[in-house]
Amino acid sequence: MAANGSYVIDDKEKGVFLLDRIVHVSEDILRQEMQKIFSKCWIYVGHASELKKPGDFVTRKVAGRPVIFVRDQKGQIRCHFNTCRHRGAIVSAERCGNARRFMCVYHGWIYGNDGELARVPSEEAYTEAFDKKDLGLRGPAQFDSYRDFWFLNLDPNAPSLKEYLGRTTDYIDLVIDQSPSGQMEVLPGTQEYDVAANWKLMVENSVDDYHLPSTHSTWLNFMKNSGVRVEPPKEAGLVLPTKGLAIDLGNGHFTTDNVNFRGRPVAAWIPLYGEEAKGEMEAIRAELVERLGEERARRVADTNRNLVIFPNLVINDGSSVTIRTFYPNGVDKMHVTAWALGPVEESENARARRLDAFLTFYGPGGFATPDDVEALEMVQKGLANWEDDRWSEMSRGMGHEDGEQLNSDEFHLRLFWRKWNAMMGDKA
Amino acid sequence: MTMQHPMPVTRAEVEDFLFMEADLLDSWQLKEWEALLTDDAGYYIPPNDELDGNHRDTLFIIADDRERIHQRIIRVMDPNCHAEFPKSRLSRVIGNVRILSVDGDYVTVGAKFVCHRYRRYERMGEYVGHTRHILKRDGASFKIKERRVYLKSHELGSLGSVSFIL
Repeated sequence: MAANGSYVIDDKEKGVFLLDRIVHVSEDILRQEMQKIFSKCWIYVGHASELKKPGDFVTRKVAGRPVIFVRDQKGQIRCHFNTCRHRGAIVSAERCGNARRFMCVYHGWIYGNDGELARVPSEEAYTEAFDKKDLGLRGPAQFDSYRDFWFLNLDPNAPSLKEYLGRTTDYIDLVIDQSPSGQMEVLPGTQEYDVAANWKLMVENSVDDYHLPSTHSTWLNFMKNSGVRVEPPKEAGLVLPTKGLAIDLGNGHFTTDNVNFRGRPVAAWIPLYGEEAKGEMEAIRAELVERLGEERARRVADTNRNLVIFPNLVINDGSSVTIRTFYPNGVDKMHVTAWALGPVEESENARARRLDAFLTFYGPGGFATPDDVEALEMVQKGLANWEDDRWSEMSRGMGHEDGEQLNSDEFHLRLFWRKWNAMMGDKA
Repeated sequence: MTMQHPMPVTRAEVEDFLFMEADLLDSWQLKEWEALLTDDAGYYIPPNDELDGNHRDTLFIIADDRERIHQRIIRVMDPNCHAEFPKSRLSRVIGNVRILSVDGDYVTVGAKFVCHRYRRYERMGEYVGHTRHILKRDGASFKIKERRVYLKSHELGSLGSVSFIL
């Protein structure tokens, strides 16, 4: 037990960082997380491309709250709580669709897709105190976007989204620079699966490159079988074929920044894509160079990043681009949702290549994700001994200089835990 | 309808084939299963929310060409495939088998399945759905040209992964 009432022991002098395993098993901590983290941070809702036409909507749970993410008749993107103002029923039971109005099936209250209460059956039974104008669907205290990524914040006093995202926008821009028009879109098909593990283990896993050689040896073997060189160079500390760094983006956000070896649909060819893809991929690369210059084009085409926007949005820009978010569903279970993202103007062949590359690694049938799921579930099982084996060891790379922390160090994981620990306050 | 060589095919024949295939998959005899595939075989599981999607423009759960199926078998038989080591115990029941169409040497077969998966000495759950096989006549038996597995659930949910051949 840390004397200072902290969930971490963070001894920079000795180079030791330990995490109290209670954070993954305590119901009380989960309740506090909902108040102190999910109700205070900017949380990802959806991507504008999911709502192409007025009336397009999706319903989903965000920060534990059922919401309707919708484009109204005027084209404005909105976020309503999916909760009738009358007695509280959800007003849309569909996952997605197109609707001008949402009707509560219980008593028939009808709302426009802008959230205004449009009709109440037998309204004359109410007194003058009843004003439909006050009874539109409620929504989060704040709702804002950065380049088509929409976020909500339940705290009216939270700083603006721009301020919150801070330096993460440099990396979001780098992902979006794949598109000649600067527009990316979420592709059809959603991957949704549960993992029997605490949600914070997925934050760690999403950026922890230390685990690749052991957890994903069969994926590396597949890469090798497909003509990719996978042996790490002799340089000290490297576990992967190329060097990567872990970068602090402030506010609890961080990213890996790796030299690519695994191929990128935009635009680094590997034999897996087939000889016939070479010509088009050279053209994609030439467009990058012409539009962005040689150096920026190299950043876009030849580097990978796994970006974490605190607390639960991950953008993986590696074998393909994924948007991944996840929520606790109890202390030992999370629900994961993952989408693929691609440039809007991508050719049919390039799109097919992107999706195929996605499946080589990611998703419930991918060559890597199922082993991540397994690893996280094994952690959760092992943590049943938490009371007698209290601390997780997370000191890897603590001796490295600022700016030289490797992707396979635990520097970025510590950034998450320091931020999380600060937001949670003193432990009881 | 092609009349040059109408292939006599009965439901009992294709049922036997699907039952045999299910047995090979349940017992992890994947080399033997692979031998049932044509050289251009494909294996697809569309996402739960876009069952009619095309894998070239839609994110699937699995969209394997013949080579990828081969690599998948290498992967899942490797003891370092943690999601399948120790191997899940599988038991699938195939039913409602129907011949949907016959075109020359090819026969399209629909069936329903329930695949029970047990993992880590715990009950994991049931994968429920239907399949569509495109079989190619091969002497007295068939080869599999295409195998599509459609999951009925809205999402994978607690089933987590499809780390075996479903």
